[in-house]
Amino acid sequence: MDTGFIIEKFILVVVIFAISLVIAMYSTYAERKVAAFLQDRLGPDRAGPFGILQPLADGVKMFMKEEIIPTTSNRWLFIVGPGLALLCACIGTAVIPWGTPVLIAGKTVSLQVTDINVGVLYIFGVVSLGVYGVMIGGWASNNKYSLLSAIRAASQNISYEIAMGLSIIALLLMTNTLSLKEIVAQQHGFNWNVWYQPLGFLIFMVCSFAETNRAPFDLPECETELIGGYHTEYSSMKLGFYLFAEYINMFVSSAVMATLYFGGYNYPGMDWIAAHWGPTWAPLFGTAIFFGKIVFFIFFFMWVRWTIPRFRYDQLMNLGWKGLIPLAIANIIITGVVIAIIEKF
Amino acid sequence: MESLSNKKKVLEQKPLSFMERMYLPAIVKGMGITISHLFKKEATVRYPEVEREFSTNFRGMHSLKRDENGKERCTACGLCALSCPAEAITMIAAERKPEEKHLYREEKYAATYEINMLRCIFCGLCEEACPKEAIYLDGPIVPADYLRKDFIYGKDKLVEAPLEMKK
Repeated sequence: MDTGFIIEKFILVVVIFAISLVIAMYSTYAERKVAAFLQDRLGPDRAGPFGILQPLADGVKMFMKEEIIPTTSNRWLFIVGPGLALLCACIGTAVIPWGTPVLIAGKTVSLQVTDINVGVLYIFGVVSLGVYGVMIGGWASNNKYSLLSAIRAASQNISYEIAMGLSIIALLLMTNTLSLKEIVAQQHGFNWNVWYQPLGFLIFMVCSFAETNRAPFDLPECETELIGGYHTEYSSMKLGFYLFAEYINMFVSSAVMATLYFGGYNYPGMDWIAAHWGPTWAPLFGTAIFFGKIVFFIFFFMWVRWTIPRFRYDQLMNLGWKGLIPLAIANIIITGVVIAIIEKF
Repeated sequence: MESLSNKKKVLEQKPLSFMERMYLPAIVKGMGITISHLFKKEATVRYPEVEREFSTNFRGMHSLKRDENGKERCTACGLCALSCPAEAITMIAAERKPEEKHLYREEKYAATYEINMLRCIFCGLCEEACPKEAIYLDGPIVPADYLRKDFIYGKDKLVEAPLEMKK
C-alpha cells in the first residue's frame, strides 16, 4: 500500500471525525434552540451572537466539573462504558459514502473511508454494539436505577433491531447489494428508494428513533422514573461522552436514513450540475446536499421529540413486536411478490 | 342520579378505531401544531436589556422620600419596622441638631435605616403604616447580587436623591 493512499484516508478519517464531533456539538445547541422555538421561547442567546458559543461554554463546563467515581462501582467498567458508547457512535461513519469522487489537486479522492461490500451489515453491527456502552455503564454504576435503565435500553434496542433489519431486507431485495456505495449510486437523480419503499422507510425511521434512544422512545433516560437513567452516577466529561454519543448516533442515523432511502448525495438535476460545474465542485455540491438532508433529519428528530410524549414500556414493546415486526414482514412479502412479477413479465 | 347543574357529561369509552390505533394521523397532526409554533412570536422578554411594563400598583424597591424642601420625611417612629411581617426593617433614631434643620423635617430622624431585601416580601405594609408618607415601594426590581451582606440596603441606596440633583 502506498503512503499517498494512507495519508489520503487518514485525512479523510480526521475530517469526518471532526465534522461528526462538530455536528454533535452543535446538535446540542440546535436541540435547545429548536425546543425553544417550538415552545415560543428564545433559547440560549447569551454566549456570543444568538448563543452560538453555547456548545463551547457547555464543553468547558463539562471539563471543569468534579469527576466522581462511586466507590461501590466497578471502576474499570465504569470508565470503559462512556468510551465504548462514544467509540461505537463514531465508527459508524466509516462506511457512509459522503459524495462522488472529487478531483482535488489533480487527484481523484473517494469521499468514503472504506467501501466494504457488507456496508449495511457493518452499520448494523456497530449500532448493536452501541448498546453495550449503555449496558456496561448502567451495570458498573451499581445503582438500581442505572441498572433498570440499562436493561430497558438493551431490551428496547434488541426488539427494534429486528424490525429494523427486516425493513432493510425489503430494500436489499430491490437493490441486490449490501454496499452502501452501490445503493446510493442506484438512486441517481431523483430515483430515490423512498418512492419504492415508503413503508420500509417508515419502519426504519421509527426503529432508528428507538435505536438512538430518542423521544418518544427515550425510556432508558426518562428522568421521572429513573432519575437520569444509565448515566445517573456519571459526572464531568464521562457524562459528556454519553450525551455526545447520543447526538453522534443521531447524526449517523440521519446519514444512514438519507443514504438508504433519500438518495444520499443524489439530487434532481445533478447531471446538469456535473456537466457545468466540473469534477471538483459538482461532487462537493452533492456532499453539501447530503449534509442538508442529514440536517433535515436531525431537525426531524428534534421536532418529533418536542411533539410526542414518551411511550409507556408496554406500549413500546407492543408497538415493536406486534406492530412493526409484522408490518416489516408483510413489506418483505409484498416487495418479493412485486419483484417476482416484474421479473416474470 | 339526575344532574341538577346540567353540566354532567357521560364519558364514552369507545375502543380506538383503526386510524386511531395507527398513531400516525394523530402524530402528523401534532407535528403540524408544533411546527406552526416555530413561526409564532416568542413570549420571552430579554430581561436585563428589555423590561416588561409594570402595572401602576407594582411594588418594587423601597425609597425614602423627601418633602418639597428636600428634607427627609422619615422620623424614625419605627411603625414600618413594627408592621413588617418579615422583620426586614431596622433603624436607629437620632435627634436632629439645629444646624441639620435643612436636612430632616422632624426633630427626630433615622440615623441608619436598613432593609434586608432577602427578607422583604414586598407586601407594602410599611408603606401603609408610615404616618409621614416617607416610604414608598415605587422603585424597580431589586437586582441580584452575590453576597448576602450586599442585600442589606442602607440609607445610601434607599433615600431619594436630593432635590437639586433631581433637577
